Amino acid sequence: MTNISNLQKVLKEGKFAVTAECGPPRGANTAVVNKKAGLIKGFVDAVNVTDNQTAIVRMSSIAACSHLIQAGCEPIMQMVVRDRNRIALQSDILGAWSLGIKNILCLSGDHQTFGSQPDALNVFDIDSMHLIRTVKNMRDEGKDMSGFNLDEPPRMFIGAAANPFADPFEYRVIRLAKKIDAGADFIQTQCIYNMDRFKKWIRLADDEGLTDKVHILAGVTPLKSAGMAKYMKNKVAGMDVPDSVIKRMESVPKEKASEEGIKICLETIAELREIKGVHGIHLMAIEWEEKVAEIVKNAGLMPRS
Amino acid sequence: MIVGEQKPIAEIMEIIEPYKKILILGCGTCVKTCFAGGEDEVAVLASTIRLVCKKDGKEIKKITEQTVERQCENEFIQEASQNISQNEAVLSLACGAGVQAIAKRFPKAPVLPGINTTFIGIQEKHGIFTEECQGCGDCKLGRFGAICPITRCSKKLLNGPCGGSQKGKCEVNANTDCAWQLIIDRLTDLGQLNNLIDYIPPKNWQSSISGGPRTLIREDHIV
Repeated sequence: MTNISNLQKVLKEGKFAVTAECGPPRGANTAVVNKKAGLIKGFVDAVNVTDNQTAIVRMSSIAACSHLIQAGCEPIMQMVVRDRNRIALQSDILGAWSLGIKNILCLSGDHQTFGSQPDALNVFDIDSMHLIRTVKNMRDEGKDMSGFNLDEPPRMFIGAAANPFADPFEYRVIRLAKKIDAGADFIQTQCIYNMDRFKKWIRLADDEGLTDKVHILAGVTPLKSAGMAKYMKNKVAGMDVPDSVIKRMESVPKEKASEEGIKICLETIAELREIKGVHGIHLMAIEWEEKVAEIVKNAGLMPRS
Repeated sequence: MIVGEQKPIAEIMEIIEPYKKILILGCGTCVKTCFAGGEDEVAVLASTIRLVCKKDGKEIKKITEQTVERQCENEFIQEASQNISQNEAVLSLACGAGVQAIAKRFPKAPVLPGINTTFIGIQEKHGIFTEECQGCGDCKLGRFGAICPITRCSKKLLNGPCGGSQKGKCEVNANTDCAWQLIIDRLTDLGQLNNLIDYIPPKNWQSSISGGPRTLIREDHIV
């Protein structure tokens, strides 16, 4: 097993990276994961596997990552601090590395009140910043949080999230700098619909020299309908969908809406590729994995290595 | 103060069902201030229980009413000893500490909670109470502009706001202020935003409930 992940290699070589997202099933059916793997294999450099996203119980990220490896895809294991304390988190990181999982994305996680079991006790023992530093210390110092020397450290490529659309805006770049200092190697952003605000954020990050210190993958999500655009604007925490995008989705007949959504997505990718500091895209085709190949091809991002 | 609210009358009727003679014992400090368990609430609750019994065609309970200054202190608890011994059960309108303090001092008396203890908070406006402290035992308010992220951030984040904070509100509830927006605004006003630039290490939860039930010993006050 080589220590360096494929995503790490692509970014290190200065190539424009493409990652996608794969939500594990609400059940133990491996076939669902394998089907998604078949749809994206060869079209992306790595695929994020969500960790009980929106606080809904799903197959564990570690298990789904392991299935993806079997299916020939490179996973990025998402890990949230909502459900596990520091002991469980570190134990799972070691287990994940032992299974060949080489990338991790450290997140705080959606609050459980959004999920199907709002009556759950949350944990939040440590925050996402602490998780980043923990993985870094495990990797670079070979020590767990207690200072114990690990037998075989997990040499993971460490990711973190950034949301240029959340408030307070002015603090977002400071927080990005903190995540980089804590050990983030790459950043994946929230889906971009408000390009002006994204550009403003990355310019500020660039002014601080942050885009040289970290690889930023810009998040994109193709819209399926005007209803989806409105839902994301109003119901999804931390999303910024401008009215102009909603109007554009409404301006086409319903049966053409998904086509228009993909068109918007492709235009966004083209624009992102021109922005200094953007080192790749993170394509979140939510339960629409069959469109990943088409988008990557039509965006001119093939072949992948 | 400790904030609490009276349990729904249906639940109170259910828990007092086995007893004919009860003492409703109010508490005159915290829960009085939040309109949950002072003299007035004791009187209203006693009348309500009698009315419900009458309406349901049940035997009307014999109710004694009393309020002590603080149910969490022996000195005040003793004032209720006679009434406690003369009744079958105590319906305590104190916080959970008060209920347990009564139970500890009167081992043979059934003590029933009439209040749901909710949090340590303040009266924001008349009738509006907000949670401000989780009693974690290791106060770092000085660093955060006197706004507690452990209590007031839904995710207890120590290193800045999550990605769900928008327009100053928490992603969990549009009526809840984002604690991090408040912290950043206040530290900006105080010229202390530098407090948030450095990495803040993970919290040691041993001083909180994670360390097991806590005891505070003041040797200098033990006689």
